[in-house]
Amino acid sequence: MDTLIDIRGVTHAYQTKHGPLPVLDDLNLSVPEGEFCAVVGPSGCGKSTLTRLVAGLMKPDQGEVFLHGEKITGPRKTVGMAFQNPVLLEWRSILENVILPLEIVAPGMARADKIARAEHLLDMVGLKGFETKRPSELSGGMRQRASLCRSIVHKPEVLIMDEPFGALDNFTREDLWQTMRDLRAAEPFTAVLITHDLRESVFLGDQVVVLSGRPARTQYVLDVDLPSDRTIDILYEPTAVNMLHDLRDQIRIAQGRDGGAH
Amino acid sequence: MDWKKIATPLLSIIAFLAFWEFIVWANNWPNYVMASPSDLPAAYEKYWKLFLIDSWQTLWRTVAGLALAVVFGTSLGMVMGFSRTARDALYPLLVGFNAIPKATLVPVLALLFIGQHDFNTVLMAFLISFFPIAVSVGIGLSTLEPEYRDILGALGASKLTIFRKIALPKTLPEFFGALKVSVTLAFIGTNLVEIISPHGKGLGSLFQSGATNGDYPLMFAVLIALAFLGIVLYYAVVALEKVFAGWAERPAS
Ligand SMILES: Nc1ncnc2c1ncn2[C@@H]1O[C@H](COP(=O)(O)OP(=O)(O)O)[C@@H](O)[C@H]1O
Ligand SMILES: [Mg+2]
Repeated sequence: MDTLIDIRGVTHAYQTKHGPLPVLDDLNLSVPEGEFCAVVGPSGCGKSTLTRLVAGLMKPDQGEVFLHGEKITGPRKTVGMAFQNPVLLEWRSILENVILPLEIVAPGMARADKIARAEHLLDMVGLKGFETKRPSELSGGMRQRASLCRSIVHKPEVLIMDEPFGALDNFTREDLWQTMRDLRAAEPFTAVLITHDLRESVFLGDQVVVLSGRPARTQYVLDVDLPSDRTIDILYEPTAVNMLHDLRDQIRIAQGRDGGAH
Repeated sequence: MDWKKIATPLLSIIAFLAFWEFIVWANNWPNYVMASPSDLPAAYEKYWKLFLIDSWQTLWRTVAGLALAVVFGTSLGMVMGFSRTARDALYPLLVGFNAIPKATLVPVLALLFIGQHDFNTVLMAFLISFFPIAVSVGIGLSTLEPEYRDILGALGASKLTIFRKIALPKTLPEFFGALKVSVTLAFIGTNLVEIISPHGKGLGSLFQSGATNGDYPLMFAVLIALAFLGIVLYYAVVALEKVFAGWAERPAS
């Protein structure tokens, strides 16, 4: 398959009061079209920075990020983003929140079509009947579902998610993993998912990339050779359990604790 | 709207007037020490035309000053909200200016713009009231979580679009909070000029003429009229807030 996202030799440092803070160090990563790339790494290693580079929200000091072989120089309409904070707009209904990106990306689109598209997505994630509700009337998990709908409403090529399920309780999180899996089957995006949950990375990812501690490099890439219609149960089977062990070891190395007691 | 919402404040006002009447009666104060509520209807009856004309004068100059404060304060807040440098440069100036007792500015303005009474009054209402608006808009914009900018910024939306669709509506609750303070300040500014440099216009000057003539019921009648006008202005802002930022209201629990 073609490579959609290609990150080549990206190095970046933030300028802070205490001098430059190197965050990414000669980082390489490529994601084939249609694939789901989960990225894990120690806290503060530069994962969010990576998402902002791919989104074109900032430029790296060195190196390049390509989309379809085209160098990213700024934001583009074919990207969708979701964050840990669902950042829904309280003055808009759930439906109007989901429509928001279309107002930027497809201002000429007929309103009825916008509504139909948003309603379709809300239905898929189980929010039918909540279209006219305000964000504050929804639970945390429901808000994150609406936020996911908003991030893909304009059919982006690339969906970038920065710990979108990080603030949810375990069961809600697993529900959302399954929703994500179903969305993926129905929508044609390529995904980059930042997470600190190894089970999540194995359940959703086609590949799991482990970043080293700051400054982040690509330390390890795991190909997740599991069927695409996974269920939560698969995480308890030997293949997946081995992968989780493998990743756990890599995280330990990334944290600089390799060789220490388990 | 249920009747309790109207009856409760109304009852408290009646109780206050009764208390006032009682204090004056109990102390046996004559009118030239302290007028009582029962003296006021006579004053209103006698001067009703002046009350109408002067209330209007006070009202329009307050609203004009406030309107200027909204435009200028919002612009200034936007500049401070979007630029760190502007924030660092302007903040001390603003705080310093705000600390000046505005009464000291009345003679300054009167000398600067001799004879321009309306202009002076509106200017004072403006000067005294733009600060809270500028600060609240500035803080609202500068504390906007980056994700709010990114959801549209990642799609290539312009700064103006992000401001219009996200930053502006998101700061509206803070803006109206500040406007409630500013409307009272503007009102004070107007009356300050009307009282200190009387030129025969506005409730402030009516108060002054009451003071010069020793007409104590008139003075108190003006005070009550001022309070009434202040309440009207304040609740006008509250009504606007309900329309434009009603979403920010938490449902009562
Ligand atoms: N705008 C910024 N200016 C300075 N330092 C930053 C900025 N953004 C992030 N950092 C720092 O860079 C490091 C990496 O940040 P981030 O990419 O958010 O890490 P992660 O998402 O992996 O936790 C952190 O130490 C963070 O404090
Ligand atoms: Mg992060």
